[in-house]
Amino acid sequence: MIISKDDVQKVANLARIELNQEELNLFSGQLESVLEFIEKLKKADVSSIQPMSHILDIQWFDCAHHGNVLRADVLRESLPNALALKNAPESLKGHFRVPKVIE
Amino acid sequence: MPAEKPLYALTGLELLGLIKQKKTGIADILESQSLRTKAVEEKVKAFARFTDNTASGIPIAVKDNICIQGQPTTCASKILENFIPPYDATVIQRLKKAGFIIQGQTNMDEFAFGSSCENSAFFPTRNPWNPDCVPGGSSGGSAAAVAADEAIWALGSDTGGSIRQPASFCGVVGLKPTYGRVSRYGLIAFASSLDQIGPLTKDVRDSAYLTNIISGYDPNDSTSLNLPVGDYLKSLEKDIKGIKIGVPKEYFSLSGDGELEGLDREVKEAVREAIAQLRKLGAEVSEVSLPHTEYAVAVYYIVATAEASSNLARFDGVQYGLRVRSADNLIAMYKKTRQAGFGPEAKRRIILGTYVLSHGYYEAYYVRALKVRALIARDFTEVFKEYDCIVTPTSPTTAFRLGEKLENPLAMYLSDVYTISANLAGVPAISVPCGSSKAGLPIGLQITAKAFDEEMLFRVAYNYEQATLWHKMKPNL
Repeated sequence: MIISKDDVQKVANLARIELNQEELNLFSGQLESVLEFIEKLKKADVSSIQPMSHILDIQWFDCAHHGNVLRADVLRESLPNALALKNAPESLKGHFRVPKVIE
Repeated sequence: MPAEKPLYALTGLELLGLIKQKKTGIADILESQSLRTKAVEEKVKAFARFTDNTASGIPIAVKDNICIQGQPTTCASKILENFIPPYDATVIQRLKKAGFIIQGQTNMDEFAFGSSCENSAFFPTRNPWNPDCVPGGSSGGSAAAVAADEAIWALGSDTGGSIRQPASFCGVVGLKPTYGRVSRYGLIAFASSLDQIGPLTKDVRDSAYLTNIISGYDPNDSTSLNLPVGDYLKSLEKDIKGIKIGVPKEYFSLSGDGELEGLDREVKEAVREAIAQLRKLGAEVSEVSLPHTEYAVAVYYIVATAEASSNLARFDGVQYGLRVRSADNLIAMYKKTRQAGFGPEAKRRIILGTYVLSHGYYEAYYVRALKVRALIARDFTEVFKEYDCIVTPTSPTTAFRLGEKLENPLAMYLSDVYTISANLAGVPAISVPCGSSKAGLPIGLQITAKAFDEEMLFRVAYNYEQATLWHKMKPNL
């Protein structure tokens, strides 16, 4: 076995998702078969290969701008406070409101 | 142009031509479309919702993960059920500027997680060619709306085949542009190193026309490249004599090994015939090799889920979307909100993505996948040194039946085996109709070109399309 129910529970906790017993049983089995399938990557020879996190890392074209390009750091209009809070489940005095964090 | 065809059945450029000649107007088009939608939408269920428009313009359908100011945009999820974007995505701004209106938002697999549209939190969409079959996914609503003539054209998004596979299943044209060609500003992110927005259309001309409108540099997307956009309609005028086409042997030797379904015989034959047609049109076709193809699905389900787990961390009941209020502390609120708000496939992918990024597994899974990804990208670079494009099936099968793969996520993942590599390598690819199975389901041909050579895709796709009649076929609804 690659992944146990305890592992799935632990990872779900890291991902801040509560799982019921039924979900835990179902996902453990399904993730096991996906991970088994993924094992095939062990066959690939990657000894001299650099990891590629972003396709624009590599140069397929002759371009002055490759990789991430940041826009100029100039002052511009941003989302007004009221509009930014409009979708919030709860807000108070211009802030997002959440359940108590500090005892 | 055949005058007896109703307006809703025409292509976008045919309609724009009629408007220009003053033979029809926007009001007539909207009326024809509204009648069509009333007649068939109940059977197809392509739309998550329709838009009340005050403005007038050429209607287009948009996948429910592209932000439209003031309109609910939900990714077909419960967690974003009440989300109303405060701004337009860049592609929406571009469409509005070009005179379009958004007719409605199309159904999809929740957060684009899926290949069948069955993972929608609302309802499954049906394939217009057979209501017992899926339309493909995740842009299944967009593909079905265009195939059913409910929409003239539509936008989708493609992370591992989510435009091309449904286009193939529904018999329409679907393009995934080069990574960096179209701005993703306002596209609700799934896997940021793979996502691209693209058009789903009735033919290649419409695809070229829409791609011209949505492409180009956008300072709001740091991965958008400041490179000139070609004149894609112009690229259709050239023939394909002497064009060098590669056919990767790995795609045709796909056997039914373990979970992996083999390449369907009817699909194989249709694609072989399409290749013969391309030869007849003057292309030089040879066998090539993409030796790391067998790893693509495994790499994808590590990279895509890792990125998804990070991107979906923002749905926590604080800034927008659902909040479960019964929790008495912050962490419990996060957990209960995410349990109630995400469907099973979203939970599976977030958990898998968190797992491959977690301490002790990061090197073995995530870093290794990034290295194999580099090998897959290099395979394409090598082939494109000598060839102008690559031709393959879009999907190993025609549309499968509803429910067939729902209980087996791995089988569902493997239906993307031919489309995933283009996302991993960042290159553009298009699916065009190239046949029909005995059961009457469409088959798609995928053409892939080197980065930023959409002109080549359109040119080859258009020459093929004009030599065949597959794009003229319509489902009986």
